[in-house]
Amino acid sequence: MVVDPMILEGAIALVKIGILLGVVFTTVAYLTFMERRISALIQDRLGPNRVGPMGLLQPLADGIKFMWKEEFIPASADRKLFAIAPALILVPALLIFAVIPVGGEVTIPAFTLFGLQIQETTTTLQIIDLNVGILYILGMTSIAVYGIALGGWSANNKFTLLGGIRSSAQMISYELSLGLSIVGILMLTGSLQMSKIVAAQDGFLDWFIFRQPLAFVIFVIAAFAENNRLPFDLVECEQELVGGYHTEYSSMRFSMFMISEYASMVAASALMATLFFGGWHMPFEDLVGPGLVTLYQVAGFLLKTGFFLFVYIWVRWSLPRFRYDQLMAIGWKVLLPLALLNVVVTGIWMLV
Amino acid sequence: MELYFFLFFAIVAVASSVAMILQRNPIYCVLLLIMVMISIAGLYLMLDAQFVAIIQIVVYAGAIMVLFLFVIMLLNLSREEGGVFRIQKPLAVLLAALLFLPVAAMIMSYTGGGTTTPADGGGAGFGEVEQIGTLLFTKYLLPVEIAAVLLLIAIVGAVVLTRKGTVSVGE
Repeated sequence: MVVDPMILEGAIALVKIGILLGVVFTTVAYLTFMERRISALIQDRLGPNRVGPMGLLQPLADGIKFMWKEEFIPASADRKLFAIAPALILVPALLIFAVIPVGGEVTIPAFTLFGLQIQETTTTLQIIDLNVGILYILGMTSIAVYGIALGGWSANNKFTLLGGIRSSAQMISYELSLGLSIVGILMLTGSLQMSKIVAAQDGFLDWFIFRQPLAFVIFVIAAFAENNRLPFDLVECEQELVGGYHTEYSSMRFSMFMISEYASMVAASALMATLFFGGWHMPFEDLVGPGLVTLYQVAGFLLKTGFFLFVYIWVRWSLPRFRYDQLMAIGWKVLLPLALLNVVVTGIWMLV
Repeated sequence: MELYFFLFFAIVAVASSVAMILQRNPIYCVLLLIMVMISIAGLYLMLDAQFVAIIQIVVYAGAIMVLFLFVIMLLNLSREEGGVFRIQKPLAVLLAALLFLPVAAMIMSYTGGGTTTPADGGGAGFGEVEQIGTLLFTKYLLPVEIAAVLLLIAIVGAVVLTRKGTVSVGE
């Protein structure tokens, strides 16, 4: 029996989503581990190294521990919002991955599975190539605020409320710079589609880091602020706000906040690699054999993403936190004008 | 298939807007309004208007509603007090009825002919960014410019209003 092409397409999409989610969750789990190991390295300690060889089973142990913890809801909390807030932040973080291209086209050869004949198909290593890809990402990041803001509000605790209010102000301020920093790339590419942005960077010197260095700096700073990572983690800010918006959370709900923080870090790193470092394009692609070139490209993409994840951790354990007025001043008085300047300069450069 | 999606988004939009009006807690009102916005974005998406759908989410659900939520959280508004809207309630019913009349007239006069799908009406690339951009910078250039100037005036006005009374220009 030959499989209908429509059904086959849907099945391939489901398989891609499954693989992607698996990879993202595994990365997130090991990212928490790497964060602890790298912070230990930076602070000249050992870090977790007892569970399994070199401590590699630590994320598993953490997961089991989270599941067996008591689920605690404060008496004065708004129970409904308290329950859905972690989901509201996790879902947008995961949805971003839908438009990130991991690799180019792959051909799946014809094969037979349980008597079903599956014909040869080509598919791209991207779940959906939206015409408005970049805007979709900005939309998802702007929706992610609600999880933090509502998580902070619903617990009915002044520290969590302060964390929630800080997060909504901070994320609105930095979203502008984040969006404007990408405009230069859009002007050079002439498209909002992720696959076209990657295609515009197929030569090594075409990478946007060489053509838009200022935009890259603004993008990285704004992405750090959007993810509430140090030096911009005023939303959590242990010394002032106990734990910020997730102070009252425990058990798996707390772990969902952590998972979404790390998942959005992975998404931001993948975006940095895609927008500025050629996406899945690698130098010396011609030297690699034709059979291995896709593998080489995907490995290159994962390596670039991994590097930026390392930078995230590196920065967190090296820089102190900004003061709140400094945070707002940087966002509105430095990054925003610089991003606008970048747009103007790119326009002039394109005309000349 | 398309009908089911339409029904889903339409029912969610109508149900959440009704619930929003009946709801007393301002935070829930904001959340329900966000649900309305997102279901309307879904309806746009079904009309092949990808760009408008995403802009709906970015601008309304993402930016404006966050500000609403921010203000409500900052002022810590709890439940609205009863009795404040004494005159408004009958007035609202009256105005809604007046507004409904032309809509009802239009629905009644619709004969059901010509179910053109939007993709046919707009041709290839309908609703995509390229087409909207070209239109905005050719056919609708003047309205765009006027809107830009209006927005600039609004920004300058907001700055002036917040600076009113504070003599801190040369700080």
